[in-house]
Amino acid sequence: MTHNIYIYIFLMAAVTILIRLLPLTLIRREIKQPFLRSFLHYVPYVTLAVMTVPGIFYATLTPISGVIAFIVASCFAFFTDSIFYVAAAACVAVYVTELFLF
Amino acid sequence: MLAGVRDGVPIALGYLVVSFTLGIIAREAGLNDFEGAIASFFNLASAGEYAGFMTIKADAPYLEIVLITLVANARYMLMTCVLSQKFSDKTPFVHRIFVGFGATDEIFGITVRRKGALNPYYNYGAMLIAVPAWTIGTAIGIDMGNILPNHAVSALGVALYGMFLAVIIPPIKEEKILGILILISFVASFIAANLPLVSEVSAGTRTIVLTLIIAGGAAYFKPVAEDKK
Repeated sequence: MTHNIYIYIFLMAAVTILIRLLPLTLIRREIKQPFLRSFLHYVPYVTLAVMTVPGIFYATLTPISGVIAFIVASCFAFFTDSIFYVAAAACVAVYVTELFLF
Repeated sequence: MLAGVRDGVPIALGYLVVSFTLGIIAREAGLNDFEGAIASFFNLASAGEYAGFMTIKADAPYLEIVLITLVANARYMLMTCVLSQKFSDKTPFVHRIFVGFGATDEIFGITVRRKGALNPYYNYGAMLIAVPAWTIGTAIGIDMGNILPNHAVSALGVALYGMFLAVIIPPIKEEKILGILILISFVASFIAANLPLVSEVSAGTRTIVLTLIIAGGAAYFKPVAEDKK
């Protein structure tokens, strides 16, 4: 470990807080530029999707339960927007799958 | 304020579970409970912290944690732009700072559902219960993650990804293009992670590059219509 954890944490926090505060304190008008608006609109979906796959496949004891969790959570997310239920469904899917596998 | 606390309870429960699993990741990255708790308190961001902890684990350059946090949390810029439109001119400026600090996906979600001008005390009510849950949950995950049996850790490990899916999937019912975009992102990310040469690049960098290419391409070819928020 050549880097200092507190500097990492400070940088993370500084960036996150600036991201949240700058629009609220500086931009009082609506963003009009179409490309920038569209880009900002799409960024969260792409980033979260890219971080979910293939990460979820390797987060469990075996990729099989990871893939099943991915499918179950995606289906749940389609029918409910409760974050708690979707996260819980993914966990249960992994637990049950691994119960059968091991 | 009481309404905020009430609406904050289910959020806090979800946060306890998700931040617990985030704590397990923070522990693998080498953080102790105190470091994890302050990281969580000041970030209040699942995806951003996850990306950050992975970067710390990889012992990557400082610039990478700045960029990856920027990309993973860029959506908050959109959300606080929306919130800035909901503030009444009469609300003192200082409330913009504290409401902004606590603008998580879920608190943003319950805030925009309310009608009329934004009442900062509603947000403070929700933050009062959700922020400690998020902070303490991370610390507990770091301390207890290794006590739990393998199977429980394995199962809890997907909670975070479930949370991501719960954020991105529901809106595709109203905007078909998002579904296509998410599908492209899944496939592209899977290929990038397995392709020789490309897979050598750190996961954080891959996330940044893929986001810039895919979201940029979508914004170029499919700009959002003027009337849509």
